Amino acid sequence: MSYFAFMGALEQGFAYGFLVLGVYLTFRVLDFPDLTVDGSLPLGAAVYAVAISAGINPYLSLFLAMLAGFAAGAVTGILNTRFGILHLLASILTMIALYSINLRVMGRPNMTLLGKPTVLDPLTNAGIGLFNAAPLLFGLLSIVGLLLLLWLLQTAFGLCMQATGANPQMITSQGVATSRVIILTVGLSNSFAALSGALLCQSQGAADVNMGVGTIVAGLASVILGETLFGCRSVGRALLAALLGSVVYRLAIALALGLKLGQFSVTPSDLNLLTALLVVAALSLPGLRRKVLRR
Amino acid sequence: MIEIRDLVKTFHPGSVNEVLALAGINLRVKNGYFITVIGSNGAGKSTLLNCLAGSYAIDSGHIQIGEQDLSYWPEHRRASLISRVFQDPLLGTCAALSLEQNLALANRRGCRHGLGRGVRRVDRELFRQQLQQLGLGLEDRLRDPVGLLSGGQRQALTLLMATLIRPQVLLLDEHTAALDPKTAQQVLELTVKLIAEQQLTALMVTHNMRQALQLGNRLIMLHGGRIILDVGEAEKAAMSIEDLLQKFYTVRGEEFVSDRMMLV
Ligand SMILES: Nc1ncnc2c1ncn2[C@@H]1O[C@H](COP(=O)(O)OP(=O)(O)O)[C@@H](O)[C@H]1O
Ligand SMILES: [Mg+2]
Repeated sequence: MSYFAFMGALEQGFAYGFLVLGVYLTFRVLDFPDLTVDGSLPLGAAVYAVAISAGINPYLSLFLAMLAGFAAGAVTGILNTRFGILHLLASILTMIALYSINLRVMGRPNMTLLGKPTVLDPLTNAGIGLFNAAPLLFGLLSIVGLLLLLWLLQTAFGLCMQATGANPQMITSQGVATSRVIILTVGLSNSFAALSGALLCQSQGAADVNMGVGTIVAGLASVILGETLFGCRSVGRALLAALLGSVVYRLAIALALGLKLGQFSVTPSDLNLLTALLVVAALSLPGLRRKVLRR
Repeated sequence: MIEIRDLVKTFHPGSVNEVLALAGINLRVKNGYFITVIGSNGAGKSTLLNCLAGSYAIDSGHIQIGEQDLSYWPEHRRASLISRVFQDPLLGTCAALSLEQNLALANRRGCRHGLGRGVRRVDRELFRQQLQQLGLGLEDRLRDPVGLLSGGQRQALTLLMATLIRPQVLLLDEHTAALDPKTAQQVLELTVKLIAEQQLTALMVTHNMRQALQLGNRLIMLHGGRIILDVGEAEKAAMSIEDLLQKFYTVRGEEFVSDRMMLV
């Protein structure tokens, strides 16, 4: 792999890092399978692109993207807790609705950022090359995100988040309304997905309504990859594993894209299939191994 | 003081599976009273406790604690007044969190859970002292995940959590039934001790008639969603298990053999 390909994979890995941290929050902490991210990631990109184009400060634009993502996640949480819709279905409904909303936000299927100010300007102005600036900035941001989550999970509210996922009856009898915790946590998770969308939009120079397809599967694959490679014994370890999982996953994809088996070579359009297979393998292997060992 | 008036609860109303689980319960419990609750399987004991705690919405009737009418409060709101220990030792604690984190949640029962530190240093000292009185050596394992504890240890921890902030009412639903006899006895002793120390108002469901007669200062028996027997302290003290069974069959009259097996 070339240096540029490597830095490119790092950049993607860190940009997707927020998404993966968000997926960890919903799937692992809250035990809430949330597909909203397939819509909230492009929502973040769309809001960021529109905000940048309107001349809003890039960092403020990132924040706006996060707000939009939070709202999307909160809607899923509300559909689930207040209207009693099954979590999976609630998230699919929001995801589908977001496709239309994202088109409305941009007013067209895609939007470029050419010539606009970027979040990378402070670094490039300081003389750091573009290929190094993006991985550096995204890496720093995702570490800040990780530390924030680590702090949050140790607060009283964070303990409620963990208990809501692990034992809703227990936390309810301690006086906590699990519905509120679910709405806030799914919202937070999607604000992270939207931030990933905004960063990706920045790194690709464009937002596209279709950029969210397969987001959840890629996020899950990264979480599982991270857990397998780096362990998840403590919350801090699990968060770090999720972030590193994201980077390893993107590196693996970059490697796979260069792969050639005789006539056959892997193209970007094969990635969703490969990722789905990877998740299936990771999810079924522990069960299969148990079955084989029992015999 | 708990006051329950005409409490009715039906499961699956209007369907073929309709069950009238509580058919008009009336009960007044004075502060500091420890009531044991018995009754055959399906009598409605768990349903009564779940209705009090707010896990089940009631059809009609009133539930009052002190001056407050909480008939239609959501479950989490009632937690400021009511705490409970379940039959399943896994239900009262969170396996993924450490002992101190579980206790920290219990130490905020009914309060706001904000962005302050979950476990503070001052709490830790309190938790250590509280765990010490269990005599299970748990005070040295504050940071262990609760999932590592045995069922009995978890149930003792749940009891401690339920009384860490003094509840107006403590609900215990066969909370020793899932434990081995020796552990069950320890947890029961701890229960009696905590109730006595804090002079708690408590309702304890048990399927053990000897326990029901020995402990507490009032006994009620449920059957078919009704209170069919209500025995005060003096009468209870003089009662034997045979007397209790006799009373039960006089009220009911039938199904002698099968129910005898379930009750004893
Ligand atoms: N969640 C529920 N759904 C439907 N029926 C229930 C439910 N809980 C209890 N019941 C029914 O209500 C009746 C009383 O049950 P329960 O209160 O659990 O009895 P007990 O605890 O005295 O053994 C039983 O007939 C039981 O089948
Ligand atoms: Mg029961």
